Amino acid sequence: MGKKILLEHINVPGIETYEVFRKMGGYASVEKALKTKTPLEVVEEVKKSGLRGRGGAGFPTGLKWSFIDKKSGNPRQLVCNADESEPGTFKDRYLMEKLPHLLVEGMIVSSFALEAHLSYIYIRGEYMWVFRILEKAIKEAYAAGWLGKNIQGSGYDLDLHVTCGAGAYICGEETALIESLEGKRGNPRIKPPFPAVVGLYGNPTVVNNVETIMDIPWIVNNGGEEFAKFGIGKSTGTKLISASGNIKKPGVYEIELSIPVEEFVMSDEYCGGMQTDRPLKACVPGGSSVPILPANLLFKTAKGETRLMTYESMSDGGFATGSMIGSGGFIVYDDRACIVRNTWNFARFYHHESCGQCSPCREGTGWMEKVLWRIEHGFGNIEDIDLLWDIQRKIEGNTICPLGDAAAWPVAAAIRHFRDEFEFHIRYPEKVKDRKHFEKEPWEQVKHLVKKEDAVLV
Amino acid sequence: MGLAEVTKEEIKFSDKLLARIAVLKAHFPKGKHKSALLTVLHEVQDEHNNWLSVPVMDKVAEVLGILPIEVYEVATFYTMYNQQPVGKYMFEFCRTSCCCLRGAEDLIEYTCNKLGVEEGQVTADGLFSVKTTECLGACGYAPMLQLGDYYHEFLTPEKMDKLIDVCRVGNVEFYSKV
Repeated sequence: MGKKILLEHINVPGIETYEVFRKMGGYASVEKALKTKTPLEVVEEVKKSGLRGRGGAGFPTGLKWSFIDKKSGNPRQLVCNADESEPGTFKDRYLMEKLPHLLVEGMIVSSFALEAHLSYIYIRGEYMWVFRILEKAIKEAYAAGWLGKNIQGSGYDLDLHVTCGAGAYICGEETALIESLEGKRGNPRIKPPFPAVVGLYGNPTVVNNVETIMDIPWIVNNGGEEFAKFGIGKSTGTKLISASGNIKKPGVYEIELSIPVEEFVMSDEYCGGMQTDRPLKACVPGGSSVPILPANLLFKTAKGETRLMTYESMSDGGFATGSMIGSGGFIVYDDRACIVRNTWNFARFYHHESCGQCSPCREGTGWMEKVLWRIEHGFGNIEDIDLLWDIQRKIEGNTICPLGDAAAWPVAAAIRHFRDEFEFHIRYPEKVKDRKHFEKEPWEQVKHLVKKEDAVLV
Repeated sequence: MGLAEVTKEEIKFSDKLLARIAVLKAHFPKGKHKSALLTVLHEVQDEHNNWLSVPVMDKVAEVLGILPIEVYEVATFYTMYNQQPVGKYMFEFCRTSCCCLRGAEDLIEYTCNKLGVEEGQVTADGLFSVKTTECLGACGYAPMLQLGDYYHEFLTPEKMDKLIDVCRVGNVEFYSKV
């Protein structure tokens, strides 16, 4: 069994309750931090740990914390991003359902480190029952003296509340989240100024993912150096991976940031291999926004090295032959899956979720959805592939927030690695009329149709 | 529904709802109570047949001391707020990739056929509606749907039949408790 940091006590009966959580050592990091450390020392410990943001971007957490503006003298705020909505990602929900008090504990220690006295957890509206779980946990924490005035006699005050969204992927982007938390539409803000200087209510604000916050108690209890002993290089600690798609055991797994991708997919400890032992076709390893990888680039990099579940190894080869570990939303496809259909599905998602502020994203995502729809349904023409490529290039980098990039990358990667499949849809429309076309006739059986004609054309 | 014709003055929020709104407002600093808007709209929608009519939104504006437009612009941006009446039991199926890999499209077709509606429609008796949504964060437990505050996961046609049956007799978990 791999080493666990977050899920060590996950199977202890009643761990979601205050009493059991406390009995298992919960809230010890609050006592340790508030009574024996300065806020700066906590920040230093987190820096030493090498912890990187678990929401998807992988930015070093300690560094992010150190950017928070202190000169203005304005109150500092910590906001936990529990708006988990990246397709393929469902780890934060699991953590909050099972370990609500670990999130509260992490919020207290992290708020202390940032010298914040009013913090919020912003959870997506669909997780309403989890919202209630967190409300209850916060209430219990107040009752036990972990929140409120003069926490455990330390002189430190903190109020913590949970608030919710209402169905908008964009609110996972930190400035959109802040807007939403202010009771407005989730339109991302132009940066700079960054939230660390001008955030919630114009105050210096740090926004951290649920998993990131939940790693903090362990780091405070055991030291940043201990945390950094797990993993490889700049990928320290463990990470939760949400595995879904055509595998035997979909679910949430905690992995050390060092295991081979092949082990993660094939071993019984994790995904347990392919759903019905059909061949692996592709994988989106870090949530819908990251480039899809064909089977031949998943277990090995283009250089032939073993690909590992680390930030560096997953992105080895750049976007040409690599991808990203992102949010850890690990989606596996077998040979029945249609990459064109999947790409259309993602494009529809991004079109639906674009906030509409920037034209390239608002219009471009709609065009990509339409063009992909017609290719998938057998109405495409051969220029459509280049048209799609052109649209995604014009979105990427031309928008206020990264949703534009997130919409462009999956389309680019699908064309890059599966261009033949797009051509097949266009040249053999009668073969894709049924939406389960590759279920009936897997790609391996029909790919010669496009390959052979290519040979003739040459 | 008739609700659309009533005026804001005729809308009454229950004491329980008003008390809850007061609690939610108190979570934010003085002058920043607009922050409670999204959560408040969920609670208000729950008390008004799961949709927000214009007079209901106007009432929210009055209670929170903000302009009606501030409520409308939020209510129209976020997909969870319904601007039209919906079925008493609205099945919101996740239609994003991971769920589709596990048969979401078949299940949506099955449910629509069984209820005799198309996506987005309400059954004639007003009891059910079928809606599709984007990723609900249950990718590993697919296919799934949301009903009220709860998720129903690892669905099959048989489980769908059962769910429809328990809804018909009103024996289903819907709103989570505060």
